[in-house]
Amino acid sequence: MKAKRMITNIGSHALLAVLSIIWVLPIFYVVLTSFRAEGGTYKSYIWPKGFTLDNYKNLVTGHSNIDFTRWFLNTLVIAIFSTLLAAFFVLCVSYCMSRLRFKMRKPFMNVALILGMFPGFMSMIAVYYILKGLGLLETGVLKQVALVLVYSGGAGLGFYMAKGFFDTIPKTIDEAAYIDGASKWDTFIHVTIPLSKPIITYTLLTSFMGPWVDYIFAKVIMGNDTKYYTIAIGLWSMLEAEYIEYYYTQFYAGCVLISIPISILFLLSQSCYVEGVAGAVKG
Amino acid sequence: MGLFKKRSESIYERPRDASISQVFKESDINTKISYFVFGYGNIVNRQIGRGIIFLAIEILYIVYMILFGIGALGDFVTLGTVEQGQVYNEALGYYEYSKGDDSMLCLLYGVITLVITVFVVFIAFMSAKSAFCTQKRKEKGRSVPTLMDDIRSLKEENLHAMLMTFPIFGILCFTIVPLIFMILIAFTSYDHEHQPPGNLFSWVGFSNFSAMFSQGGKLAGTFWPVLGWTLIWAVSATVSCYLLGLLLALLINRKGTKAKGFWRFMFVLSVAVPQFVTLLTMRTIFNDNGPVNVILREIGIIGATESVNFFSNPLYAKITIIMINIWIGVPYTMLSTTGILQNIPAELYEAAKIDGAAAPTIFRKITLPYMLFVMTPNLITAFTGNINSFNVIYLLSGGGPDSLEYYYAGKTDLLVTWLYKLTITQKDYNLGAVIGILVFIILAVLSLITYRRTGSYKDEGAFQ
Repeated sequence: MKAKRMITNIGSHALLAVLSIIWVLPIFYVVLTSFRAEGGTYKSYIWPKGFTLDNYKNLVTGHSNIDFTRWFLNTLVIAIFSTLLAAFFVLCVSYCMSRLRFKMRKPFMNVALILGMFPGFMSMIAVYYILKGLGLLETGVLKQVALVLVYSGGAGLGFYMAKGFFDTIPKTIDEAAYIDGASKWDTFIHVTIPLSKPIITYTLLTSFMGPWVDYIFAKVIMGNDTKYYTIAIGLWSMLEAEYIEYYYTQFYAGCVLISIPISILFLLSQSCYVEGVAGAVKG
Repeated sequence: MGLFKKRSESIYERPRDASISQVFKESDINTKISYFVFGYGNIVNRQIGRGIIFLAIEILYIVYMILFGIGALGDFVTLGTVEQGQVYNEALGYYEYSKGDDSMLCLLYGVITLVITVFVVFIAFMSAKSAFCTQKRKEKGRSVPTLMDDIRSLKEENLHAMLMTFPIFGILCFTIVPLIFMILIAFTSYDHEHQPPGNLFSWVGFSNFSAMFSQGGKLAGTFWPVLGWTLIWAVSATVSCYLLGLLLALLINRKGTKAKGFWRFMFVLSVAVPQFVTLLTMRTIFNDNGPVNVILREIGIIGATESVNFFSNPLYAKITIIMINIWIGVPYTMLSTTGILQNIPAELYEAAKIDGAAAPTIFRKITLPYMLFVMTPNLITAFTGNINSFNVIYLLSGGGPDSLEYYYAGKTDLLVTWLYKLTITQKDYNLGAVIGILVFIILAVLSLITYRRTGSYKDEGAFQ
């Protein structure tokens, strides 16, 4: 009996090891290529013949068309603004949906459900023309404002997660505040918000990561304005036929550079997610 | 504690929630006038501030309609009549373009005007209701709330109005108006031959839909195979990721497994890296000259100059994409199932063990039913997500290999990537919009049916 358990234990560990190698290899390949000394694209071998840090150096010091540092800062600014706006929208809506009772509540939730079933970028063309009509596509900076609006405008529809969290905060806490003379607004600001740190962090982190990984909207709005590109379209443009031969290894260096912060943020958001699902106040 | 100010006595009550018909039946003449002259009832009853705000909205609307709105609605019906033309300018000696109507803008402004009109009709009811409340209060001899009271109520009874205004405005501008606009486009002839401002497009009713379904047409010949692949893809991607992810989570959660955190981290790493990085990497890895082909050559499965065309052979491409999607999706499932697995009551397992059930039986009879019961809503979300899975297809194969039998679609195109190609590359906006509407209908019907058939809908307490 004991020997049999030993065998299954060893077997399952071996299986896990094989699987995790499969899952990690592609990421390892990214890192490996980013340090490769030989330029060019595909090689007839896998292990690089030499290693170098030049890919990173060249990438960060910047060039005329491929300006990684600038793209990084562009994305950072856009991400910060759209995060603040989006988190504000989400918290407002989810608090209303969870705590307040008013006539439009149910209809709003149904409309949100229906809107979620349309393919996301079906309306992209119309959004493009609305932004154009508002004059937001005239200069690069205005395009960035437009991008912030696109990323945060519809954020109010993604209220489910935060609403679920607010639902777990006991109503008695609110009632205690009312008895102490707090208005509903005071309760929202001074009682609910401080109790909701995990879910606020989660909302902030997820909306912060959006602009770093979005490709479609950024491409449609920015067009050929390379100076104002965000990181995702910038990196993608390095793989275009005219650049790929020279920039292939630098592309992977760029991938490593942005993957590190994004992975850390993702892992943080996961721990907040777990706390958020677990609920607010115990007992 | 002195943290909060004393709550002001509530001066709002029931009549605020009166229904429209009730308002209409019981209202006096001032209230009835308020339907047409916004805020009239308020102003007569000394609620000057509130009344003026209502009135100002109405005046703004009328000015807007006279200056712009009526013309916009007219253009909305015709979608423009004056085509852009060439006029010979004799003084300068060359052809000049005369400015014509832009059907695109006609439609857009028409939609905006309609949305504004709906909003103003809503305000009209608000105005009547507000007048009705004031009328009732006066009849009962109570004081009438002033503008300051109204503002104060935004923190109390009307907090939802304050919190929801900006988010709803954002949703209106960036989701609802564009969506109405695109739905309407499906009923026009806005394709690559009718591009404003050079050409006008017009209303064509359901002819785009019938073209999509007409027997033997090229569009129908593209639509059905693409729909078929979309469904195959969505089902196999959802099922494979779910089952394998669940098994992986079980494997890590086994009693005997050491260093659970480490194993979990190894798998989560691939999710944490931005998706476009992993997808683009996968594309290069499976390229004709990529590492996988290099390895296959090294170990002699294929000849030194041969390569397996992972993305240019239709069948291989489909299999490769589903495989890569398993690589991407399994860690997600593992993450979301781990917590739920730990909640399965341990007695169930103990009872099964006493009865002598083997591990596969336990998985089939206990774990799987329990997980399916709890996670059906997640599965439906995953399924809709897969139908709309743009990134995976677009970044991996780009929909290719292209096919001459199809109308601007490749063999691995999903409905959404086809939609993207039709609108962005091909500029057949009307066809794109038709596909968008069809995707919506498919999703709505599927989620309704599955949701109603599931245990979690029929029998909420089965596992409690």
